[in-house]
Order: sequence, then C-alpha cells, then structure tokens
Amino acid sequence: MTEAGVALRLQNIRRAFGDLTVIDNLSLDIVAGEFLAILGPSGCGKSTLLRIVAGLTPPDSGTLQITPPDLRFQNAFVFQEAHLLPWRTVLENAALPLELMGVDAAERTARARATLAEVGLADAESRYPAQLSGGMRMRVSLARALVTKPRLLLLDEPFAALDEITRFRLDVRLRDLWIERGMTVIFVTHSITEAAFLADRAVVLTRRGCGVKLDRRLDLPRARDNDLRLSPQLAVEMQALLGAMEEEG
Amino acid sequence: MRKALPAAIPFLVVTLALEWLVRAGFVPAFLVPPPSAVLQTMIHDWPELFAALLKTSAGAVIGFALSAIGGIAFAVFLSSSRAIQRAFYPYAVFFQTVPIIAIAPLLVIWFGYGMRTVVASAFIASIFPVIANTLSGILSTDPALRDLFRLYGATSSATLWKLRIPAAMPQILTGLRIAGGLAVIGAIVGEFLGGQGLGSVVDIARTQQRTDKVFAAVLLASVLGLALFGFINIVSRLALRRWHASEQN
Repeated sequence: MTEAGVALRLQNIRRAFGDLTVIDNLSLDIVAGEFLAILGPSGCGKSTLLRIVAGLTPPDSGTLQITPPDLRFQNAFVFQEAHLLPWRTVLENAALPLELMGVDAAERTARARATLAEVGLADAESRYPAQLSGGMRMRVSLARALVTKPRLLLLDEPFAALDEITRFRLDVRLRDLWIERGMTVIFVTHSITEAAFLADRAVVLTRRGCGVKLDRRLDLPRARDNDLRLSPQLAVEMQALLGAMEEEG
Repeated sequence: MRKALPAAIPFLVVTLALEWLVRAGFVPAFLVPPPSAVLQTMIHDWPELFAALLKTSAGAVIGFALSAIGGIAFAVFLSSSRAIQRAFYPYAVFFQTVPIIAIAPLLVIWFGYGMRTVVASAFIASIFPVIANTLSGILSTDPALRDLFRLYGATSSATLWKLRIPAAMPQILTGLRIAGGLAVIGAIVGEFLGGQGLGSVVDIARTQQRTDKVFAAVLLASVLGLALFGFINIVSRLALRRWHASEQN
C-alpha cells in the first residue's frame, strides 16, 4: 500500500519574472523518500522553486529530472492557506482530486473518508468549510493532497497562518504520515523551528535564490513528538540553521 | 410578516400624505390622483389591468430568462482568453449604453407588433449586468484553485462547471438581481411602442388623461419588478446559504 517516494534532480534551474531573477543556477538532489525542508529569507524564490517542481511554473532554463519519471498525478501540493471549495462539504473537498482524475464515485468516497480519518476529521465530513476552524480547514487541505497517495508531497508554508498549538499538532501529524507512507516531502517554510522539527534535511537558500547556502542533515530521531521541541538536540540543529539564515538576512 | 413591516411603513406614510395633499387642494387631482382613486380604478378596471399584467410578466420573464442564459454563456465565452475579451467586450457594452427607448421603434420594425418586440426589448435592457458580473466573477476565481485543478489534469469543462461557475455564483446572482428590474423596464418600453400589456395601458391612459389608471398600471409594474427580485433572492438564498457570507445573516 505504501508506495516509495520519488527522487528528484534539479540542475542549473533559472527563473526570472521580468527583470527580477528569483532563481539562478540552482542545483539540488533529493533522495527518494526524503523529508526536506527548504528555508530562506522572504523573496528568495522558495515558493517559485516549489511551483517549478510541481510543474505549475516552467523554469526558464535548467532541468528537472524525476525518478521514476512519470510524475502525472503522483505529486500533491498544499498551499499557504487551505483554499477549499467553499460550496462543497469536507468529504467532497477531500475527494476532489480523485473526481478530477475520473475515479468512480463509490471508490473516491471511500478513499476520501479513509484519508479524512487519517488527519483526524472523521466526524466532520458533512460540514462546510465556513463551519470549520482554520486548523480543521488546513487538515482538509492536507487530506485533499494525500487522497491520491502522492509519491511527492509539496507544501508551501502550509501552517504559517495557524496558532502555535494547532501548528505543533499538525507538524507531528505530518511527520507521522510521512513515516507511514514513505513519500518524498518538500516543505517550504520561513520558520527555523518548524524546519528543524519536521525535516531530516534542511536546505537554506541564499537571498536571491542563486544557490544553496547550507545543506544540512538533521541529527534527530525518526519518530518525533512535541517533547522534542524542548530538547538540546533540536536546539543544536536550530542554531546551525539560524546561523545560516542570519548571514543571509 | 415582521420582515415586511419596515417596508410597509414608508408606503403607508407616503400614501396617506398624498391623499391629504390632494384632498386639501395643494396638488390638483388631474396631475396626481389621490391614492383612493387609484385603488378604485384598480378594482374597477381589474380584469383589463390583470390581463395586461400577465402579458407584461410573460414578456419580462422570457426576456429575463434569455438574458440570464445568454449573458452567462457570453461571459463564459469572453473569459476564455484576453484576446477574445478585447475583441468582443466592447460590443457587450453596447447593450448597456444603447438607449432602449431610442431603438424600440426599430425593434417594432424588425419583430412586428407583439410579444417578440417586448421580449427583445426586455432582453436588450437586461443582459449587460449579467455579462459584466458573471465575467468579473469568473475572472476572479482563486488562482490557487485554478492551479489545483491543473495539477490533477482537470478538463476545461470540469474546470468550468466545478470551479469557475460555482465560484462566480455570488456575482452571477448580483447580476441577475439587477437584470430583473431592468427586464421589467425593457418590457414596458417595448409595450409602449409595439405590444400589449401594462406599457400600452399606460400609453393609452396617458392620452386620455387618466392619471389614476397610469398610476394603477405603474403600481402593478413595480409589483412585478419586486416579485422578480424576490424570486432571485430566494434562488440566491438556496444556492449560497451553505457557504457565502452574503446569505449567512
């Protein structure tokens, strides 16, 4: 049931918007099944990089190689806000990707229900987004991304707008889901704490996205819970990331 | 009933004031009939007025329905590309700027005396707000959701029916609300020159200096406009109450 994640190789990626070059000559290798956090100052091209990987924005030059190569419907994207369809119930929102891919109604309902249960929303399936809290909406958004069993999950500062306790809970849930499913995860954030807590590897981009400032493997346990947040191990990793960020800030 | 009360008070006050002004001799009765005379005419001429109301209703409702269908379809067409918008939107604006009273004689020449002229007049008078509001609703669809649909390979018809039309629904309904009143005006203008209904009743009564009958017919026309408005409000309530702030008290 668990499908392995995909591996990615980005080579000499460049992307400009008009005169503004946001990514220049960026190369990065991502191992299959890795949990990678991408950090960087605002405007450094993190989100653009994620959109290039998702196929939503084409790079001006450079190559993106994905192994195994057919990425059609294997990736999923979680945006900065939940971006649900407000006229649909939670269940219909979670089932949307399957619906668009042409999966029949009975199967997509069953799969959407199972995925909602995984994010702790089994009881909310017939509610509408307007009736949910911000944290619950983000859970629906996460379920919508996971419902296709993606082999690559891309998240663009997904929990930034949530209160801290909700964010802590969702961090732990996301980490557990990653362990259960073995997909490749790329998590873009500007929060050092969140990057260190979630990822196995953190990459800090330079101010103008021209390159990788720091590429660090995080020496932390595989299974993580909120106790880790106060541990000295996490503090060491955060300090390393903070140092690199400060030099770029 | 309680909701209708605030609207009934100004009506009663104006009616009573008017009655008093005419009876006391401040306003001559041949210019403004006393409301009691209008009521008498309404009762006395009810068969004629009611038949006229039915005809006007038919013309206005058919014209409105054509505007709704045609306006939404045309806006969908316009939304398909910027070039198409540039090429055709100016001609849509024509419908708004053309003085309906000035082209009504032409409509009579084209469509002859009768219902077809009335429907055409109601249609021309009411289509523009449907086009403009639908287009603006479709064009302001959340870009993240458009990306999401693209990510899962949604066909353009799936994107239209599952995303763009529902997302534009609040604005479509605003357009229809405006169009309802304009369709009644358009129908009456059409009847002035080439039809039978409240418009022709007004026209004939005017030449006979029967201001009481003019007022009775105008009153019925506004009741028709209100009914159409109320109908669209009910549709709006049913369509949006689950998800849109405008219908959630």
